[in-house]
Amino acid sequence: MPYLELKSVSKAYGVKGSRTEVLHDVNLSIEQGEFVAIVGYSGAGKTTLMSILAGLIRPDAGSVTLEGQEMTGPGPDRGLVFQNYSLLPWLTVFENVQLAVDQVFPDKSPAERAAHTTEFIELVNLGPARDKLPRELSGGMRQRVSVARTLATNPKVLLCDEPLSALDALTRANLQDEITRIRTLHSQTVVLVTNDPDEAILLADRVVPLTAGPNATLGRSFIVDLPHPRDRKALNQNVRFRELRRDISSYLLNSRQERHATVTRTLTLPDIEPEDLNIPRNQLGRTRPLRTSERKLATVEITP
Amino acid sequence: MKSFKLDWLILPLLGIALMMLAWQVSSKTWAKELPTPQKTWEVSKDYVIKPFERRGEMDQGILRFTWYSLVLVAKGYALALLIGTPIGFCLGLSKAFTKTFDPIIQILRPVSPLAWLPLGLVLFLGAGKQASELGALFTIAICSMWPAVLNTAVGVRAVPQDYLNVAKVLKLSRWKTLTKVLIPATLPYMFTGFRLSLGIAWLVIVAAEMLTGRPGVGGFLWQEYNSLIYEHIILCIITIGLVGFVLDRLMSLVESRFKTA
Repeated sequence: MPYLELKSVSKAYGVKGSRTEVLHDVNLSIEQGEFVAIVGYSGAGKTTLMSILAGLIRPDAGSVTLEGQEMTGPGPDRGLVFQNYSLLPWLTVFENVQLAVDQVFPDKSPAERAAHTTEFIELVNLGPARDKLPRELSGGMRQRVSVARTLATNPKVLLCDEPLSALDALTRANLQDEITRIRTLHSQTVVLVTNDPDEAILLADRVVPLTAGPNATLGRSFIVDLPHPRDRKALNQNVRFRELRRDISSYLLNSRQERHATVTRTLTLPDIEPEDLNIPRNQLGRTRPLRTSERKLATVEITP
Repeated sequence: MKSFKLDWLILPLLGIALMMLAWQVSSKTWAKELPTPQKTWEVSKDYVIKPFERRGEMDQGILRFTWYSLVLVAKGYALALLIGTPIGFCLGLSKAFTKTFDPIIQILRPVSPLAWLPLGLVLFLGAGKQASELGALFTIAICSMWPAVLNTAVGVRAVPQDYLNVAKVLKLSRWKTLTKVLIPATLPYMFTGFRLSLGIAWLVIVAAEMLTGRPGVGGFLWQEYNSLIYEHIILCIITIGLVGFVLDRLMSLVESRFKTA
């Protein structure tokens, strides 16, 4: 039985008349300890997919199960690392992590909890910054705090929603190594969402492309059979790496071309009929020109 | 204009000097009843030099009067915040609450303190000697509440969804979400509201004291008007202005401390 499973999940946004289906029939199953990367275009619905996994959004159809149990709301068992860090700016690094620890381990003694918090701050190498406020930290350091806060709750699954996309290339490389290190340390189950195929291949055991939205769905899995640890410099010369990158990129590009997205809208056509001046005004309740605006429900195809 | 050394001191002093000149000229020409600056000082000297002296119920040093007023303002203001902040939170959190009470708030908000005071006095008729104080408190509270209410509501609505998502993912209880996330995130807005509220509370106190004749800056002002000692009216105006200015500065210091959060 798969550890974490998405079954025919669909989600649409918008009101009646102009409703766009973001995710359509998404299926995914993840084994315990597996590192799965989901790669997709920006705006394809990656964050929506992540929010559904985290339980922040309910899917319109389909289900999310963790260890065979259906998930209906958010919870600390699925730790989410937010794209924009989402640290509380009035709390120090320590307090931000402590907030999560206090919440998840209410039975432990205060000393144990503080030790637990410190352990995870050390894990992301932020020991010296523990009493700093988020605004005093660089982007990379903030994201490390966010990772520490999430890991400190001992989540069954670590969900990373484009955690590195707001960072510069060098910091990103640094943090990628750190994620790999932490992941091997705890043999953590991880779902990483990213828009960078290279990052996906470097980190994950399996890469699943998310086709271009709307109506995005998950494509076939690409197993990354490169041995660990992966050296980013050597990897660029690796034939298998380049093959994978080419395959994933072309899969994504093709999905974009094949996309037949439609948007359904109620269109109001303008009134272009001239007023018939032979019909008298101000009689029989007629006080203004007749307007014959036509309403039409039109389905328009969007071509890339 | 080019800035020069000490311009922060010299230019304001120049402004004050020009104002005094205009005052002097006015009292000599078109407003004969207006006492000159010099005469004002001579008549008010006693009240300023011995600011805490108490010679009688309505004849006390100017700072003593100010103190009475400040105490009353503090009470009414505290009442306004105690009532206003929770209302603001309810408005910010619940759409139904907003729809129900927002029209009432919008109608009550522009009502002048002069209109509330008689109602306040009527409400507390049974309180006997306390009536004027309770009436004044009621007026201060109900007039100065609105900026605190509305700014808190805006602040609660402006709490970033990210922070609320953190609370949701961690499954914080409602109470913890309120104390650990909502209140800290709203504090900067709340204090902006609190500062505006304090300004209004200080405006209202003068009106309240004038109408009730309580000892205080406003009461003193009205009494001196009735006794035709116009110099003291000016003394009171200057005192009211200075105190209001200082209060505002103090509150914006507090406010800026929370802005950085």
